[in-house]
Amino acid sequence: MTGSGKRSLTLHIGVLVLLFLLPFILPDYHQLVITRIMILAIFALGYNILFGYAGLLSLGHAMFFACGLYAAGLPVYHLGWEVPLAFLFAIVISALAAALIGAIALRTQGVAFMIVTLMFAQAVYLGTLYFSDVTGADEGLVLPEHARSFDALGMRVDLTSPEVRYYIALALLSAAVLMVCRWVNGGLGREWVAVRENESRTRMLGYNTFLIKLKAMVISGTFSGGAGAAYGLLFAYVGSTFASIQYSIDALLFTLLGGAGTVLGPILGSFIMFYLVDFFSGHTTAYLLATGVVLILLIMYFPLGVLGTLRKKWLPWLP
Amino acid sequence: MDLGPFLFLASLEGLVQAAVLSLSALGLCLVFGVLRVVNVAHGEFYMAGAVIAWAISHALPGQPLLGFLAALFLAPLLVGLAAFIADRAILRKINHNPEATIVATIGMLYVIQQSALIGFGPDARPMEPPFYFHVNFPWFGYSGYKLSVILMAAALLLFVWYVISRTRLGLFMRATQLDREMAQVSGIPVGWVYGLVFAAGAMLAALGAVLIAPIRQVHYLMGLDPLLMSFIVVIIGGLGSIRGALLAALVIGMCDGIVSMFFSPTLAKMISTLLVALVLILRPEGLFGQRKPL
Repeated sequence: MTGSGKRSLTLHIGVLVLLFLLPFILPDYHQLVITRIMILAIFALGYNILFGYAGLLSLGHAMFFACGLYAAGLPVYHLGWEVPLAFLFAIVISALAAALIGAIALRTQGVAFMIVTLMFAQAVYLGTLYFSDVTGADEGLVLPEHARSFDALGMRVDLTSPEVRYYIALALLSAAVLMVCRWVNGGLGREWVAVRENESRTRMLGYNTFLIKLKAMVISGTFSGGAGAAYGLLFAYVGSTFASIQYSIDALLFTLLGGAGTVLGPILGSFIMFYLVDFFSGHTTAYLLATGVVLILLIMYFPLGVLGTLRKKWLPWLP
Repeated sequence: MDLGPFLFLASLEGLVQAAVLSLSALGLCLVFGVLRVVNVAHGEFYMAGAVIAWAISHALPGQPLLGFLAALFLAPLLVGLAAFIADRAILRKINHNPEATIVATIGMLYVIQQSALIGFGPDARPMEPPFYFHVNFPWFGYSGYKLSVILMAAALLLFVWYVISRTRLGLFMRATQLDREMAQVSGIPVGWVYGLVFAAGAMLAALGAVLIAPIRQVHYLMGLDPLLMSFIVVIIGGLGSIRGALLAALVIGMCDGIVSMFFSPTLAKMISTLLVALVLILRPEGLFGQRKPL
């Protein structure tokens, strides 16, 4: 392994260890907030694969998040499934959904792709409202008692405990970070970057760019769906809000703020933005104003995001 | 009511919908055609138009006609000015890069929407129609104002066509659309054309909103639906094709109006969206879009 590879590995493991130690010093409120942020960070990591590496700007990732959320929550609520089974089911469904939607949406390019993803997401959102008998629409569904704990490896896992939720979220986030690191440093990651930088040239070199983009879409959608499933199961709630445009924009915002095309960027972005919105919503009902202003300022002055700027100026080894 | 008259009523509702939709979709389409960018804040310019119209008619109590006419001129003017400033101050700085512009206009979307929430409040408010007048068909009476909306929208569309095809500004626009650099070399102030077209797009949305405000209520979140509908229309019509956008607006507006009457508005929106998927599968460039050489 090269020197820079070692440094980046140390950095990533350092961040995860830091997150591991945090609950020992943090008050309960922040423990809950960080659990939430970590799940959303997985969502943003998934988004970043598509946007940061493959260069495809989707405005509809909430549909994959919601897909995972409902695919996990509905069987638990209506059919009484066990939590781990529902989680795996949600992952498979999200992957299938991402493949199907990717196959249609990737027929378009550039801005048309953004609009098409936005509209598919809106169709999913309207769908969750329309079939309110099953989904509970805006009010949502609170998952029943039996879904608050499950048996794994001979142990009883209690999902009502904040510590347990925190460490499950951390375990999922760690797995996601390691997978992303592996992919983006391997051949697939280079193919994505090649498509991002110059699609025609990549095609000329004999690559099937449609397939490369579809792979990015499926992996990205599966991550987002996994995050949605984890969110629904950990906090025992599924609802239409999570399918709204707001969540698609959040994923974009987290990624841009932290730095698109960096592994840790989306995680950092989720942390900063979540606390920023938390701060503003204490002061005004129009806290989304902060989202708008941050977006405009970012794109005008820091299009590379925090880690992207750091990488360009001082830390070229950052993955 | 029998099926025939009911279908007629539904078609009239669809026509009203199509009239307003064609205005806002044309705005989006012009901006895309000339600037090559998508304005996600388009729906918020629409909302701003309705809110300003409400404020004007509220400031002139008891004179709905005067208030409406004032709103019809002032609201688009103010919205256009705001859009012009936004283009010069923000979009020019990022060189109208397509992806950066999307992000920046999402930012504008939140800024405009949340400012409306602060200034206008979270409630939906009705606006008084400029005149009460009923057209009596054999089966039912129909609001004369709604019929006049269809006529006014048609007149506005004709006016836009005249500006684009017969005036100097229209010539500048078409030249910039065809080849930005050649236009600049020929002495066309491309930066100004960009700003003006961006403003014109926003003004068309605002006009549509002023027309619809007396029929629907004014609300700070009302911009989302027309934004998505306009997107659907420009995608189906082919990005940047005015002819395609107008035709698609007519079809989608009618379809939406009729399905909303017979079933539910939510279902109507879902159908339109799935129609987009179908069009993309059959013709990825839209009905009238130009196929890009690979």
